Amino acid sequence: MAVTSSGTATVTLPTDEQILITREFDAPKHLVYKAWTTPELVKRWWNAKRGEVTIAEIDLRVGGVWRYVMVADGEFEVGFHGEYREIVPNERIVSTEVYEGMPEGEAVNTVTFTEVDGHTTLTILVQHTSREHRDAHIDSGMEAGMQDAMDLLEQVAISLR
Amino acid sequence: MARAATTADAFNAVAEPRRRQILDVLAGGERPVNDLVRLLGLAQPQVSKHLRVLREVGAVDVRDKGRQRLYRLNGHALKPIHDWVKTYERSWSERFDRLDVVLEELKRKEEGDGSDE
Repeated sequence: MAVTSSGTATVTLPTDEQILITREFDAPKHLVYKAWTTPELVKRWWNAKRGEVTIAEIDLRVGGVWRYVMVADGEFEVGFHGEYREIVPNERIVSTEVYEGMPEGEAVNTVTFTEVDGHTTLTILVQHTSREHRDAHIDSGMEAGMQDAMDLLEQVAISLR
Repeated sequence: MARAATTADAFNAVAEPRRRQILDVLAGGERPVNDLVRLLGLAQPQVSKHLRVLREVGAVDVRDKGRQRLYRLNGHALKPIHDWVKTYERSWSERFDRLDVVLEELKRKEEGDGSDE
């Protein structure tokens, strides 16, 4: 992957229960980590282009809780929260994540920061905790089912071009 | 992101593992129901039930050829799912673009503090 100032996130599906998001940043890892774990900074980037982050709470210690709330398009509120399970400063954060619109679907996210020559590769591995959780997603017609369908969908996408 | 829990929805149609298998097979080309029964190792009534759900959302089309009914994939019906995945990818890309801006600022600030490297 080339040096990027404005790259795209790469999203892949390593297994039926995982999503892997990868991106390279033109900054050392301690700064990427700082931007990732400082509430005022998270508020500035986590919203993407569609909303405003109204709450970013980060209690950065094992057993500590995080919660982000975004008002999307000035209309509806979406909330996410979880608990920190493992913290290695500037290296790795493992935490749970629950989308509050669907509380039974808890996932475990592992975020890693790897630096080479002042550039940092960030990876986010989203792991569903159990087949039960995944099936809960499937039962409600939500995204877990679609993760499995991704390979097929790539073919579909190609056929639509 | 919440959707009505109805089977008349492409998302629900592909949420069932067997139906995804059927779509996978049909992605390789048109097939009669007997092929699907054989390849999936399911009884014909079950396969027919899944095919009915897939047809209801338009993910599968059917045509008669002689004595056979042939099923084929209709990718357009699955486009909402493809769009959803793209949205997911796009929102992360947008977040990261914003993170780039924050990082530029942090880098400048750090250099400005004289704490070089």
